[in-house]
Amino acid sequence: MASRRFASRARRPLHRELLVSPYPELGLVASDGPSDPLPELVVENGTVARLDGRAAADFDIIDRFVVAHGLDLGVAEEAMAIADEELAHMLVALDVSRPELVRLARGLTPAKLARVIGRLDAVELMLALKKLRARRAPSNQAHVTNLKESPALLAADAAEAARRGFAEIETTVGVARYAPLNALALLVGSQTGRPGVMTQCAVEERRNLELAIRGLVTYAETLSVYGTEPVFVDGDDTPWSKAFLGAAYASRGVKVRFTSGTGSEALMGYAQGQSMLYLEARCLAAVRAAGSQGVQNGSISCVALVLSLPGGTRAILGENVLAAWLDLEVASGNDAIASHSEIRKTAKLMGQFLPGTDFVTSGYSVMPRHDNTFGGGNFDADDIDEWLTIQRDWQVDAGIEPVAEDELLRVREQAARAIQAVFAELGLPSVTDAEVVAATTGYDSSEMPDRDRAADVEAADDLLARGVSGLDVALALDRRGFADEAEAVLSMQRQRVSADYLQTAAVIAADGVVHSAVNDPNEYSGPGTGYRLEGARWELLQALPNVVDPALLAGMEEAGEPIVVERGESARGDDPTEVVVAVGPAFADTIRATIADLPHQSVLAAICDGIRSEGAMPRLVRIRRVADVAFIAHDGARLSGSGIALGLQSKGTAVIHRADLEPLDNLELFGMSPLYTLESYRAMGRNAAGYALGKRVGPVPTELDNFARAKLIVTTTLLHARETQAVRGGAAAVELELAAPVASTVASTQA
Amino acid sequence: MTTPSGVPLTEVTLDALRAGKIDGDEIRATPATLRLQAEVARSAGRLPLAASLERAAELAAVPDELLLAVYTALRPRRATRAELENWAARLTGHGATKTAAFVREAASAYAQRGLLADG
Repeated sequence: MASRRFASRARRPLHRELLVSPYPELGLVASDGPSDPLPELVVENGTVARLDGRAAADFDIIDRFVVAHGLDLGVAEEAMAIADEELAHMLVALDVSRPELVRLARGLTPAKLARVIGRLDAVELMLALKKLRARRAPSNQAHVTNLKESPALLAADAAEAARRGFAEIETTVGVARYAPLNALALLVGSQTGRPGVMTQCAVEERRNLELAIRGLVTYAETLSVYGTEPVFVDGDDTPWSKAFLGAAYASRGVKVRFTSGTGSEALMGYAQGQSMLYLEARCLAAVRAAGSQGVQNGSISCVALVLSLPGGTRAILGENVLAAWLDLEVASGNDAIASHSEIRKTAKLMGQFLPGTDFVTSGYSVMPRHDNTFGGGNFDADDIDEWLTIQRDWQVDAGIEPVAEDELLRVREQAARAIQAVFAELGLPSVTDAEVVAATTGYDSSEMPDRDRAADVEAADDLLARGVSGLDVALALDRRGFADEAEAVLSMQRQRVSADYLQTAAVIAADGVVHSAVNDPNEYSGPGTGYRLEGARWELLQALPNVVDPALLAGMEEAGEPIVVERGESARGDDPTEVVVAVGPAFADTIRATIADLPHQSVLAAICDGIRSEGAMPRLVRIRRVADVAFIAHDGARLSGSGIALGLQSKGTAVIHRADLEPLDNLELFGMSPLYTLESYRAMGRNAAGYALGKRVGPVPTELDNFARAKLIVTTTLLHARETQAVRGGAAAVELELAAPVASTVASTQA
Repeated sequence: MTTPSGVPLTEVTLDALRAGKIDGDEIRATPATLRLQAEVARSAGRLPLAASLERAAELAAVPDELLLAVYTALRPRRATRAELENWAARLTGHGATKTAAFVREAASAYAQRGLLADG
């Protein structure tokens, strides 16, 4: 036997992914691995004799480095003596401050750190992350790349990213020699979109340093670390080489962020039988010891491997918390594709999105993901409206701002023009007007005119050889009349002189002021404290371009010819073949069509036609005292000579009622008004007549659209509001006549 | 705060740029500025960050090529103990004494873990 429901589910995108049970021997266990060492710290004569199950003589390079530069023996004895559960409790206790937790973390061993994080559940981890984030306000980082390495498109996308509020923008190269040109396009585009945005070009370290020295980039997060010695060495580095490189970058005014993340050791084959979270704790201890201000973590490129395991999403959130606890800036992943399933990857995102991190993603793909040469694009250009809507839903700032289409087109064009000018001024292969246009309005790089790539890479080499710097870029912009952009690029050069952005979790505001954990720290300690999305920022993040003003939607429709005429108060009829058609207070008056856009005149004609076709007589009344369809119908039934009425709300919802039933009971209810046609209303009329004449009646077949409510509930609310505004409490029903001759209307609807 | 040749930050302007008064090499933090940033980090309790910024302050005066050469030498199994000692001496020659000590410390750790070029 086989279930067709299982078969249907198996076809869902989720099932392209492989889920596996834990296999600790290969490091395929998310946290609390059976071979993770017990926390241990033995200090003899002021030196560390044992750490997490190892004697000093057996320390690997990571142990040695953490002991030499990270572990604070001044607090270690106190911190290590606190039970795991108590430390876990302190992480979520609102009366235990971030500075106190950070102080204790300096004395905890990696095994202890991992075990404590392992004691927290999903929501506790989110609360801890909210408490421990370094900078007061969360922000976000963008990826900007494209398959053709088109400078105009890079500049336009960087400008869009900056204008949307991303604090950092990262690019990379398909072909290494493009690096100077891509860095240049990113610099010019970003500063066109919003002054102060920091940029980087992820390339080989030597080339990266060269770009930094020229002032073409301002930050680097390429410094990867790993949790076991063999993997670290396979990565062709040691903690000392990485720490040296970090200082070298800082010496050239580059903000440095290391990179680590669960799963990399298992993927590279040397997890040494230990859990991903424990190995990440070792990475983070080394990152802190190396003197990095922050880290990009949250599994990053190995995310799908971690998500194959039970507790994977929780472990990834746990490693973000761990980094924040160690007082590091956190760029919290969500960049590499985590899942084929939109539901699953969004659920994973919430762990960082809701508490807020220093950078909610370490690369939101501003362009469509097939142009993302990082292999990223977990969330991309097509997802931005969803991201903005979820921010608005939760009243959460996850670092992306809504911007109107015309403003984005303006900024994109300006950036493309600016890079065109800089290329011309610096003697680089020209950027054509056709490229500017395509970069401004296009969807992806497939729409970009092809460039002479050989000429581009030669020019890129030459750019470096000539020693072109950020100052030359500012001057080029200035000469070509791009005064604001020139000033913004120059301002970024001044930032390199003052170097304030080397402090923890630094971002630069449009006015050039650096906000970091030093001058703008997160001091969240419960409701009413810390960063809260309110005031002007909340106004901005809720004003999506597609938001409409309900007052406009609910406005009076254009008055037309009268549809019905009122003929005095209604009395109970005595014709046993009579069917009352009872309409709502606003029907054919302040509302003139149903939610399905059927004119009320045509609806009445169709119903009357249906009633007559079965041999009964329609009689129109307006119920004025109530707007609820059940009562409209029941009031009508009590006026009806046959005791049968068809009640009709202005939005098109209908009920067939009988006088002797309870008001909220009915014979037939037609609640899917968005789906009805005039033929539906004709069928309702026929059935009402059938009940009046005592015939056997089969219920009108009903259709079902469970999305109609999600789509139309606002319109329904507004229409119903207008109906209730027309209610006159206690007023008697009135007789109605169609203003136009019924016969002609029937003829037209039958045609 | 000034550039390495003493131009105040407030004078790094487009006008100065147009007049050719500022050179690209001027756009970098001075060792003094980086030491100040290290002090800020230390005051905030971030001792490893402060130590890194102190190394950065030393390295600000070290030529690019030496910087890259030392980085390469610190990668696994690239340099012998004597070569690392030589790089440490070169750094000391540029006044980078803390960084030199850092390189010597690496050499000791590499010797223990078999990460020197000569095992």
